[in-house]
Amino acid sequence: MKPDRSSRPLGGLLLPAILLAALACVPLLSPPDYLMHVMITMLLTALAGTGWAMMGRFGLVSFGHGAFLGIASYTMALLWNLYGITPWLGIPIGVAAAVAAAVLLGYPSFRLRVVGHYFALVTLAAGEIVRILIVALRDITGGSLGMTPEQAEPGMGFFALQFGKVGFWWIALLAWAGGLLAWRALDRSMSSKALAAIAEDEDAAASVGIRVTREKLKVTMISAGLAALAGALTAQYRMYLNPESLAGLGISLQIVFGAIAGGMYSPIGPTIGALITIGLDESLRIGFGTQFIGAAPFVYGILLVLFMLFLPRGIAGLLERRRRPPQSAATPAREAAARP
Amino acid sequence: MSAVLQMPGTDTAAALELSGIHAGYGDFQALFGVGLRVEPGEAVGVVGPNGAGKTTLLRVISGLIRPRAGTLRYGGQDLTALPPHELPALGIAHVPENRRLFPQLTVEENLKVGAFSKAARPHFAERRDRVYTLFPRLKQRRHQLAGTMSGGEQQMCAIGRALMSGPRILLLDEPSAGLAPLVVQQVFALVHRIREEGLTVLIVEQNVAQVLRVVDRAYVLETGRVAAEGRSAELAADPAIRRSYLGGH
Amino acid sequence: MDPFLLEALLNGVLLGGVFALPVLGLNLVFGVVDVIWLCYAELVMVGMYAVWFLYTQMGWPLALAFAVCLAVVAMLGLLLHLLVVRPLLGSPPISQVLATGGVLFVLQGAATLVFSTDFRSLGVEMPPMEMGEVFISGTKLAAFIAALTGAGVLWAFLKFTYVGTAIRAIARDREVMPLMGVDPQRIYLIASAVGGALAGLAACLLVVQLDVHPFIGLSFGPITFMICVMGGLGNMLGGFLAAFLMGLIVSTGGFWWNTEMSYVVAFLFFILVIFLRPRGLFAR
Repeated sequence: MKPDRSSRPLGGLLLPAILLAALACVPLLSPPDYLMHVMITMLLTALAGTGWAMMGRFGLVSFGHGAFLGIASYTMALLWNLYGITPWLGIPIGVAAAVAAAVLLGYPSFRLRVVGHYFALVTLAAGEIVRILIVALRDITGGSLGMTPEQAEPGMGFFALQFGKVGFWWIALLAWAGGLLAWRALDRSMSSKALAAIAEDEDAAASVGIRVTREKLKVTMISAGLAALAGALTAQYRMYLNPESLAGLGISLQIVFGAIAGGMYSPIGPTIGALITIGLDESLRIGFGTQFIGAAPFVYGILLVLFMLFLPRGIAGLLERRRRPPQSAATPAREAAARP
Repeated sequence: MSAVLQMPGTDTAAALELSGIHAGYGDFQALFGVGLRVEPGEAVGVVGPNGAGKTTLLRVISGLIRPRAGTLRYGGQDLTALPPHELPALGIAHVPENRRLFPQLTVEENLKVGAFSKAARPHFAERRDRVYTLFPRLKQRRHQLAGTMSGGEQQMCAIGRALMSGPRILLLDEPSAGLAPLVVQQVFALVHRIREEGLTVLIVEQNVAQVLRVVDRAYVLETGRVAAEGRSAELAADPAIRRSYLGGH
Repeated sequence: MDPFLLEALLNGVLLGGVFALPVLGLNLVFGVVDVIWLCYAELVMVGMYAVWFLYTQMGWPLALAFAVCLAVVAMLGLLLHLLVVRPLLGSPPISQVLATGGVLFVLQGAATLVFSTDFRSLGVEMPPMEMGEVFISGTKLAAFIAALTGAGVLWAFLKFTYVGTAIRAIARDREVMPLMGVDPQRIYLIASAVGGALAGLAACLLVVQLDVHPFIGLSFGPITFMICVMGGLGNMLGGFLAAFLMGLIVSTGGFWWNTEMSYVVAFLFFILVIFLRPRGLFAR
């Protein structure tokens, strides 16, 4: 009998906490700026991927997560530039806006049983809508050319959430850790069991009393929130926003790719995925400079195909201990029905 | 013998032989060491209760399921070595359970698909006309969507579709399923006519009484094993069979 | 009627005709093989580059370039099926879609590497034609006619040939096909080649109207998927009609507002349709 997990809410967190503390101390080693930049980017990418994978692992595949990055980041940036509202408020507001959008899209989708390919394409449409809106409202958002948050006056850095690399390292680390905590919390809750049941057979789950719409909506909100946070922080860190990198199909697919390559069924999977994608980006840039633009997506693409063919559970799946899939009650019934 | 429905230049004396067939789905085994034989020109029935493995048996023969063990030969040729879509060219046609017509295609288009194999296409027109002669109702409805026809008409269409490949042996899976008794009689009368055309027939059926009147011999399949076999008259007279399947005394 | 509105409506119809080809191709492959080629627009992009390259860089006659384009993209469709889709036929649909998503990146990356991100124009233009009070682009009209012809040829192929009939059959009942002597794998290959050819034809029509660049697929890919879903995935006729509907929406939206917002309207319309009829407007 496994010990009741709910009675040990902080159980098993000691090692990760130590690891986190160790990571927080990295700046003390005075690593080069470039390395810090790469690592911050990896953490934020990992956060977005973790957010996506929370839905993806339960069969709720979204090709429009870019929408959440875009909504949150542009909301935050516009509130700052136009009204001087500090990103400390702007980010939560942006994230809330993204989550609201997720609910707006998710509620009817789930109520009306829009699933599978149809759901994926609805999310794709949503992502594109956000991107096009950003471009169309170019008077405010700067359109395809992008926009930059106003540089804060000296001394106002903290208020404007504009820090140096070290500051952002801690912020990114915290956010990333938060994402993993959220994953863990979900995993330990009844929701993850409910979602697994829904993923296997939605009708059966509903007939057992699982509130399908509510569960799906819950995980969607968390997923959107994490991705939104990643988007807002990325925009703030880079001090630059543009619709291609923060909305639309391109960035959405990149998030998906990262999460899948790392392994979307494991909490650490999307992080590994981020290591792979950012690592790939940077090595190609170092190796070829601007000479071979296009090499990165080319290699991504090949890897994605290879992963789907040979490693559908990603790198993390490779590291997972092999476990025999549990025989659910549904299986013998299905086979009996297939009998003559 | 109707030359048009026959495959030209083929060996007409081909027997279907199964021996020691073990087959199933995934972890689930449906057939345990089943053997049977159908001589050319014969009509053989396979009867038994629901879940006995009758449909599985036909699917093994037509290649939709690979047996785990045992041999399966037609005219001496090992069928398990062949992909299922090559069987019609050998002269084996399977009319699946529940007809499985293409509902949004017309009757004639369904027949056309039946004649898909390279060997069958040149004979499409003649065979189609022959099928319409056998089934005048189908000719009336040739441009009607197959899904809009009655159960009996669909059964005729399904049989017609199978005949389009010019088979030497016809496998019929539960032809009476879902049909009214009067229609069932018509279907079996048709089977009789098909026999007169010289085709070998293997029928899997739940309606034991009807099928025993049409076939020469029959096998009784129970829980994946051959429980009995014999000439129809013998089986019909057997008290155990009568009790189990003929509601008899 | 306001001549500009009329023009917008007519352009909408012309646009719908051009949308129709990739929609038909996508629906064909989905209906037969049951896989969504996420990279479909990128196949069109490859075709566009092929025509541009052969015509402007090699000096080949346009008609020949078109013909080669059709062959090249048809072949690409075949390869896509053989190398990526077929090995994944037993895998969950998400793997299949993501794998074709991978091909999307590969094609975009390859195009960038070979041709850079510059916009490439074919440089052909037919003069606008005057019809009553409205001006219609000659190129758009020619493209429309070609698209309709292509759709017509496809229809005839599906309706009258053995393979075409088998394709229509396999879309509904895959399992019984071998009983009729049909090898499903062969049908998948043929459908993939035809799907590719349709993308190639679409490429020919688009390259005379638009400048090609590696990311052009992102501009019409999403809307193509939306149209397919709106018409009912796998439903050829539904997709065909939905293409014209979307063409009209985009065009008239552009008339009332501007082109970009018209796409927003189109996408919102799509989302609305899915909520109202989750299986598409013309679902079976």
